[in-house]
Amino acid sequence: MMKRVVVDPVTRIEGHLRVEAMLDDKGVINDAMSSGTMWRGLEVILKGRDPRDAWAFTERICGVCTTVHALASVRAVENAVGITIPKNAEIIRNIMYLAQTVQDHVIHFYHLHALDWVDVVSALKANPAATAALAQKVSPSWPKSSPGYFADIQGTLKKFVESGQLGIFQNAYWGHPAYKLPAEANLMAVAHYLEALQWQKEIVKIHTVFGGKNPHPNYLVGGMASAISMQGDNAINMERLDYVRGLIQDAQVIVEQLYLPDLLAIASFYPEWTQIGGGLGNYMVYGDVPQNGIGDPSKFRIPRGVILNKNVAEVLPLDHADPAQIQESISHSWYTYPDGKDALHPWDGVTEPKYTGPKPPYEQLNETGAYSWVKSPRWKGHAMEVGPLARVLVGFASGRTEYKDVATEALGQLKLPITAMFSTLGRTAARGLETRLSVKWLLDEYDRLVANIKSGDTTTADTSKWDTSTWPADCKGYGAEEAPRGALCHWIHIKDKKIFNYQAVVPSTWNASPRDAQGQRGAYEAALIGTHMVDPKRPVEILRTIHSFDPCLACATHVISPDGSKLAEVVVR
Amino acid sequence: MQGSGRPSTYDILRAHGVDRRTFLKFCTQSAAALGLSAAMIPKVVEAMEKKPRIPVLWLHGLECTCCSESFIRSSHPIAQDIILNMISLDYDDTLQAAAGEQCEEIRKKVMKDYPGEYLLAVEGNAPTNDGGVYCTVGGRTFLDILQESAAGAKAIVAWGSCASNGCVQAAKPNPTGAKPVYKLITNKPIINVPGCPPIAEVMTGVLTYILTFGALPELDRQGRPKMFYAQRIHDKCYRRAFFDAGQFVETWDDDGAKKGWCLYKMGCRGPTTYNSCSTFKWNCGVSFPIGSGHGCIGCSEENFWDNGPFYQRLQNITAPGIEATPDEIGKTLVGLSAVGVGAHLVSTLARKGVRNLQGKGPETEPVVAPPDEKQS
Repeated sequence: MMKRVVVDPVTRIEGHLRVEAMLDDKGVINDAMSSGTMWRGLEVILKGRDPRDAWAFTERICGVCTTVHALASVRAVENAVGITIPKNAEIIRNIMYLAQTVQDHVIHFYHLHALDWVDVVSALKANPAATAALAQKVSPSWPKSSPGYFADIQGTLKKFVESGQLGIFQNAYWGHPAYKLPAEANLMAVAHYLEALQWQKEIVKIHTVFGGKNPHPNYLVGGMASAISMQGDNAINMERLDYVRGLIQDAQVIVEQLYLPDLLAIASFYPEWTQIGGGLGNYMVYGDVPQNGIGDPSKFRIPRGVILNKNVAEVLPLDHADPAQIQESISHSWYTYPDGKDALHPWDGVTEPKYTGPKPPYEQLNETGAYSWVKSPRWKGHAMEVGPLARVLVGFASGRTEYKDVATEALGQLKLPITAMFSTLGRTAARGLETRLSVKWLLDEYDRLVANIKSGDTTTADTSKWDTSTWPADCKGYGAEEAPRGALCHWIHIKDKKIFNYQAVVPSTWNASPRDAQGQRGAYEAALIGTHMVDPKRPVEILRTIHSFDPCLACATHVISPDGSKLAEVVVR
Repeated sequence: MQGSGRPSTYDILRAHGVDRRTFLKFCTQSAAALGLSAAMIPKVVEAMEKKPRIPVLWLHGLECTCCSESFIRSSHPIAQDIILNMISLDYDDTLQAAAGEQCEEIRKKVMKDYPGEYLLAVEGNAPTNDGGVYCTVGGRTFLDILQESAAGAKAIVAWGSCASNGCVQAAKPNPTGAKPVYKLITNKPIINVPGCPPIAEVMTGVLTYILTFGALPELDRQGRPKMFYAQRIHDKCYRRAFFDAGQFVETWDDDGAKKGWCLYKMGCRGPTTYNSCSTFKWNCGVSFPIGSGHGCIGCSEENFWDNGPFYQRLQNITAPGIEATPDEIGKTLVGLSAVGVGAHLVSTLARKGVRNLQGKGPETEPVVAPPDEKQS
């Protein structure tokens, strides 16, 4: 008999996600539904506002991947009105972008994903001396690996558990047979959970230097507001640059000596997860980290392109402005389009919420009808996966040496072929590999900034089109980016200096999407199919695969509204 | 929080191998973080020695999780200390290991085991249109869960502008009918901690204050802790001297920008925003928006999204009584210079040197007139 497993809320993510998985009589998932259960309507709110303010509104789409929507937004406005930002602004934005990627991925690994693989309670049984030996073998350069250090951590954990107040660790899945790490590896991971928690507050100070705060630093249409004055003490100067350089160097230590070694050590205990959770096999990357302006994707450090059906021999081109390429379908989402249409390009997007799900409280959703606040974007009709795995694969398939080197080295250590990447563990590993590249590029971008300033260029903003009276009466633009969770693009239509239409199609919209009109599942749904669950009441396997995508649901749920349209009545049945 | 028989913070720290000297240092740092005098340190020590960890349910509604992210950026105390040693963070869907049913079981257990004792922390707000379908958790509306969880709470901490005053999803036309906590729960003490997000140490400071004194901090009429929201950013801004001297950034990246002059003409909301950004600064004191060359957007003020556009300068702020703050905090500032802004700028600059405070101002906050491009 078929059994339905409901996980709601899916925790250790951003936002509100519900997963329903159908199991066959052997406990194998043969169908799944991913439902975004929140909607805030930011694009409706943006309508009629000053496009120069849009970055601040859209930045609040997400505070976990803070900055990424602000960056996409200023790029969209600059693209629409024809602004080319100064080189310093491009590099500063790259530095902020890369800092975000590094911070986001480390937090994801240790604080959102690790507890799927690490049994916290098992760490109590570890031998501190053996743990120290393991840690020194895994990462010889990382200094905190003495038996005393691990005994202290274990003591902390022991007393915490004995207090009877287990806080965030209570009622979880400890002891589940899916946990495979030896006690010593668990203790090492718990120690590094705490180390990473302490460190993550440091790297974001790069945002504070250039953007004034984190989360939610400031951006500016036309460049960056942080002026450079090497002869002054009240702008970006030598002291500020030195500070940023130190933060980057510290980040390199964390990534190279903590994150990567832990990732590979933990992965080595879970080889079966290179065969589970592959899903769609279609990967899409918009590309990012421009070296010669946003208009020249050939010079991006992260290359642009599409891979279909796991065919890494071919990377296909994509075009955000082509109305036939990217479209959003709503056949299984709680929205309605006029004239019975099902799919629209974001520039022409017309959406109104229309809730047709069960009246809360409810027990289950209906996969044959609408079941999510997330829409179903498709590229040329294909459901796509976006994110770190897509980037590593497209980088690899594009022949980029840096990507080939990190992927080959890691796969060599684990004695796995490239096809092992098409999996839950591959997705998790890819995130680590690109963090390694990101933290290297962070220093490269810093050096570019210093070199450019040395050449005499201290400009950070192009203000020639700051005054909206210089803008065309009607213009459209888009701002594409590679957010930590994947391909992100904002499309804007400006009329009479105001936002006429705005739409963000974000990474988690692609990955968390429900079925489309053709019945093609979204990436989360497809990745769950075929997974065996040991104990359906304790959904560790579902959490592993869903977390491998690093869901961000506040991002994923959005809507646009056309001029004059009224939000539809919601039908509660 | 007495009578549970559970160990105190000190018991736990001591059992962790923390010696008394380190413990006292920890208490001193906590006291400093709260801005307490040295004389208060013994009280902090006493509190930490006696109190078991208070259970906290941290709910997430319509939000972006920037408050949680800010919270874990705290430098004193650090997040680890709070989560492991100071509170019992029993429910927080962003960080907790359990999911689905297991996580909802925890919430119900805390409500049952600690009636009237647990702290409810709310990040985000509840949509109220169309039966609340715009945010559901476990098949139930967030509104329903919020009301249920609030019923047995000792007090509610409304994290950030979403929970305190609505924030971005409540900006016009507020399509989901999102409402801040105080409009939905009226029978519980609520501490509003606005900001998008609030400063990390403001968030942890609110918690450590409650733990230390066993009471809520003093609140102003908007329910904000006076210790963090009593003064305007402008009043304490290090660029204030440039404002007084009439030295302004006129366009982005101009000579004034490179010299770090006042951002008032670029739309800075410092003169109408009550927050600690210009004193505590952000991310362990590294900088704050104005310090990095962009004006304040007023993210801790009610309706700040609808008081834009952000780059249009403030105008017509009533000059008399401008130093008055909520609950007349301003009267403590007698003797400091006062300035007007907006339309009053030129005249006040002309009278530079004779601008003394009028003393106690009206209780109302300064009113910002609707922005009007023609006047700028």
